[in-house]
Amino acid sequence: MGEKLYLYPVWLRVWHAFNAIFFLVLLVTGISMQYSSPDLIIVPFELAVASHNIAGIGIAIAYLFYLFFFIGSSNKQHYKIQLKGLVGRLLTQMRYYIFGVFKKEEAPFPTSENMKFNPLQQFTYVGIMFVIFPVLILTGIPLMFPELIVDNVFGIGGTLLTAILHAAAGFIASIFLVIHLYFATMGSTFTSNFKSIINGYHEVH
Amino acid sequence: MNKRFKTQWILALSLFAFSLTVSGQQNQQCLQCHGQVFYEYDNEWTGLKDKRPMNPFYHIDSVKMHQTVHKAFACTDCHSPEYETFPHSGELRMEEKYACIDCHGGDDTYAQFNFEGIEAAFMESVHYKANDEKFNCWMCHDPHGYQLGLRTDESIKSVVSLSNQMCLDCHDNKFKYGLLSDDLPKDIAQIHAWLPNQGNHFNKVRCIDCHTKVEDDILVSHKILPKTEALRNCVDCHSANSVLMESLYAHRVKQSRAQSGFINATILNEGYMIGANRNTTLNVVSIVLFGLLVLGLSIHLILRLTLLKKK
Repeated sequence: MGEKLYLYPVWLRVWHAFNAIFFLVLLVTGISMQYSSPDLIIVPFELAVASHNIAGIGIAIAYLFYLFFFIGSSNKQHYKIQLKGLVGRLLTQMRYYIFGVFKKEEAPFPTSENMKFNPLQQFTYVGIMFVIFPVLILTGIPLMFPELIVDNVFGIGGTLLTAILHAAAGFIASIFLVIHLYFATMGSTFTSNFKSIINGYHEVH
Repeated sequence: MNKRFKTQWILALSLFAFSLTVSGQQNQQCLQCHGQVFYEYDNEWTGLKDKRPMNPFYHIDSVKMHQTVHKAFACTDCHSPEYETFPHSGELRMEEKYACIDCHGGDDTYAQFNFEGIEAAFMESVHYKANDEKFNCWMCHDPHGYQLGLRTDESIKSVVSLSNQMCLDCHDNKFKYGLLSDDLPKDIAQIHAWLPNQGNHFNKVRCIDCHTKVEDDILVSHKILPKTEALRNCVDCHSANSVLMESLYAHRVKQSRAQSGFINATILNEGYMIGANRNTTLNVVSIVLFGLLVLGLSIHLILRLTLLKKK
C-alpha cells in the first residue's frame, strides 16, 4: 500500500456527498422534464418538478456551505491557476492521459498536499465550481419563480433564454460528471479514489 | 360601370354610418340609466326627482359596449321596443332572449366560426346538461361586451385573461353563481392547490384548456367537461405533442410560418413551457457530444484494461 495524504477534510466530504446526491436528482429529473412525454415517463412530471425544486434549493445551500469553507480554509490554494505556461501544462497532462498512462509513465503533476489537482483538473474544477455552478443557480432561481423573468429580451422570450442557459449549463455539468466518475477510477487502484472521498485519505500511486 | 359601383359603395357606407348614428342615439337613451351606477327619473306620483342604484345585473359598461363586436346594434334590435317607455312594463322581463345561433346560425358569413358546431358542443357540456335551457350563451358571453380574443393579435396572456374572466365571473361570484346553484362557489385557488406554480398556470393557460375536450372543427371548445374528466396529467401539455397546440395555440399554429428549429416554436412567441419547447439542433448536438464522450472513455477504459494487464 502506498503513501496516504489527508486531502479531503470532513467539511469537504460532507459537501461532496450532499452535492452528489442533489446533483444526481437534478440530472435525472431535469432530463425527465426536458424530454417529458406521455409515452415515456422517467419520473412522473409532478414528482420531477417537486424533486428538481427541492434538490435545486439543496444544492444552492450546499454551494454556499462550500463557499464559506472555501474562503475560510486553505483549500482555495488548489484553485489558484497559474496562467503562465498554462497551455503547455494542460497539453502535457492531456498527453499523459492519452498516451503516457498506457505506458505506465510517471504522472507529470503528481498529487501532493500543496497541489491536489493536476492542471487539467484544476482548470476543470474552477470552470465547474465558479462558472457553471453560479450559472445553474442564477438561472435556476428565476425558473423556479418565472414571474421574476422579463417577458422579452431583444425580441426573444426571457424565460426561453434563461431555460436554454440553464439546460446548456446542466448539460456541461453532466458531461463533467461522467468524466469525473471515469477519472476517479484512475487512482492507485480502480476504487481507491472512491474510498478517498469517504475516508479523506488520498492513496499516492 | 365603375361609376355605378362607386355610387353603390358610397350609398352602402352612408347607410351604415346612418344606422350607427341612429343605433348610437337610441342606445344613448338606454345608457342614460343602464350605463350609470345610479340613475335618476322624474317621479310623477311624488313630483320629485328620484335617484336609485342600478341593479348590477342590468348595468351596462358603456366603454366595453362601444368596443364589442355587437357595437353596431341598437338595444332594441335584440330587446323589445317596449323598453323605450319608462317605467318598463313588468311583463318585459319574461321576454325570451336570443341565443347566438338565432342570428349566426345557417349564415355563410359566419361559417368560419361554425356556430352549429359550437351549439352541438355546448349541448354536450356539463353546464347545459346540469341546467338545461336555464344555461344559455349569455351566462358566459356578455353580449354587451363580447370581444374576439384568439383570432386577434392580442397576446396569449390577454386572451387567457379574457377567457378566464368569463369563468370567474360566475365561479368566483356568489351572486351570479347563485342564479343556478344553491351552493356557494368553491375557492378556485383551493380546489387547484395541487397545481404547481398555480399563479403562473392561471395567467398563461385558460381554464378551458384543461376543462374542455378539444374538438377539431371549432376553435374554442365549448364542451365543458365534468370536473372528474378535466385534464390533470401534466405531460399532456408539457410534452412535444402538447395538447395546447390544438387548443390555446391552434390559431397561431395555423398562422405561423416561422421555422426556428424549435419544436412548438409558436409557444416561444409568448413564453416557454418545460417539455414542450425543444431545440432540435441543440438536441442533436448534445446527443452527439455525449455519445462521443462515452465512446472515447469506453475506448480509453478498454485500452487501460488490456494494455496495462499485458505489462
